[in-house]
Amino acid sequence: MKRIAGSFAKAKAENRGAFVAFLTIGHPTLEESERAADALIAGGADIIELGVPFSDPFADGGVIRAAACRALENGVSLDDAIALAKRLRARHPETGLVLFSYYNPVFSKGADAFADALADAGIDAALIVDLPLEEREELLPALRAKNVGFVPLIAPNTPIERVKKSAEGIGDGFLYAITVKGTTGERAELPADLAGRLDAIRAAVPVPVAAGFGISTRAQAAEVSRHADGFIVGSAIVRKLDAGESLADGILP
Amino acid sequence: MKTHYGTYGGQYVAETLMEPLRELEKAYEESRGDAGFRHEFDELLRHYVGRESPLTCARRLSERLGGAQILLKREDLNHTGAHKVNNTVGQALLARRMGKKRLIAETGAGMHGVATATVAALFGMPCEVYMGATDVVRQSPNVERMKMLGAKVNAVSEGGATLKDAMNAALRDWVANCDDTFYVIGTVAGPAPYPEMVRDFQSVIGIEARRQCLERFGRLPDQAIACVGGGSNAIGLFAGFMDDPGVKLVGVEAAGEGIASGRHAASINGGRLGVLHGAKTKLLQTADGNILDTYSVSAGLDYPGVGPEHCHLADTGRAEYTAITDDEAIAAFDALCRCEGIIPALESSHALAEAIKRAPTLPKDAILLVNLSGRGDKDMENIMEYRRRKAAGGPKGDIA
Repeated sequence: MKRIAGSFAKAKAENRGAFVAFLTIGHPTLEESERAADALIAGGADIIELGVPFSDPFADGGVIRAAACRALENGVSLDDAIALAKRLRARHPETGLVLFSYYNPVFSKGADAFADALADAGIDAALIVDLPLEEREELLPALRAKNVGFVPLIAPNTPIERVKKSAEGIGDGFLYAITVKGTTGERAELPADLAGRLDAIRAAVPVPVAAGFGISTRAQAAEVSRHADGFIVGSAIVRKLDAGESLADGILP
Repeated sequence: MKTHYGTYGGQYVAETLMEPLRELEKAYEESRGDAGFRHEFDELLRHYVGRESPLTCARRLSERLGGAQILLKREDLNHTGAHKVNNTVGQALLARRMGKKRLIAETGAGMHGVATATVAALFGMPCEVYMGATDVVRQSPNVERMKMLGAKVNAVSEGGATLKDAMNAALRDWVANCDDTFYVIGTVAGPAPYPEMVRDFQSVIGIEARRQCLERFGRLPDQAIACVGGGSNAIGLFAGFMDDPGVKLVGVEAAGEGIASGRHAASINGGRLGVLHGAKTKLLQTADGNILDTYSVSAGLDYPGVGPEHCHLADTGRAEYTAITDDEAIAAFDALCRCEGIIPALESSHALAEAIKRAPTLPKDAILLVNLSGRGDKDMENIMEYRRRKAAGGPKGDIA
């Protein structure tokens, strides 16, 4: 079953961009993460990205770093995130589930054991922040053997030939187009050249393209969705959980 | 270009940094074949850094130990007081060649930060240095030096607030500002081409020491000994002797309060394979792959990883890696101060402590070459604090 492709296709049929919602698993607590995932799905999220907390989140902005720190204090690990995904899968047979991690916890578990665990939990794809094209073949064969997809990151400075190569052999995945050079976190304005870049990426690859980093309002999501198959919201959700705000009252302002 | 050392090394970075790394690889490759670049580098090492650095025979110390002769490669006498400046001169030249306008760096003990702030002033570039908040406190003289040189020092209070956290912060700055910013990494860690590039710039240490030893003693040393945090001074020393199988290469990690105590920074002796800061290497980490906070009395060795080439040299057996505790390092520090009138950095004191252990077991005509990678002025407060702690009944240890 291709849930990721299915999620993008469903959104397209409804003439909207797919909503990819990020959560740091274990923040504020493991139980609250699980409830938040349910609330996000009820609120219209098509794909949930489950962020594995890591001790050295060098690609993340302050909001997600603080969340990861809290999750680690709660003792939450890669295995806890996978177990939570398995429970979500039991309740939500259609929702796309992506596991988001830095590479060391994954490497530490081992490629085959990681792929087995993801497949067993019903996780559709993995996104590994620091595993670029040059290094990813040490993990991807194990994922492919278990029909688990991969989500490569595409940066504003990634050449288009490299975008094409990145999209090859990723199974039921998608491209995560980073909107800005920098770390995760909300931005008041997205770059002026973003629309053109997204159009070029989309034209170059046969897989769905979702844009993320800096998206925190409905207006930004709508704007991005004109040029991408979906949008990713992370810090804005994590911040709502920090503030103890309910996700039931609407996710984006 | 060398991206891997055996199974170690690589380029495990976020996608946004892949293009800047490509750009750096290209500029670095071109600079290697450019005699003008090499000439300018050599001239700066000679007339600005003050090379070559002397090779000092530690006569009284050696006599007292009653065995091998201990020779000191005096990187502590370089401008800025450590080997770090060899590398920052090289990277600043490369930054200028690439048209970059701004330098950033991470620093532990502050020596690399000072060396980067120094070349930034020399080349007229703005400079920001990331330093763990713990290190800002324990190495405050270096913080003042960096500020005096015109650099901005950013205290990083996340994690254990030491070197690895400073490196995370520097990487975040670089991701956001890679168009005009050059990241001056201070050690042979990080993604390719940094390990190879930093090794090249530091290899002057070993090349000089080899020639000096032959000139003065008519023979090569039996062992070349250097401390290893990330491992740049050690790689620089080893580089001169890599093809001399008769010269034993010895890297010395920080055992802190002892490997068994868990409070140490010895990645090769006490770590396992993982991926951090762009490279596959030996790391101090938990069972589920989170990086541990390390401990050493020496801020410059307080890093949970190590340069990938060191792991490879350990695997092949070309170099051996030992570990020295805080107490042993401080005893060696005292011994050098009193026997030779030289105040070494706490980092370098680890290498010296290993030589002090080995010398008595060797004949008088054996030569132990120790890289005295930096001077200890920065460590005064640190050492006084250590003595206060001991006097108050802290962990046991011999103070010479």
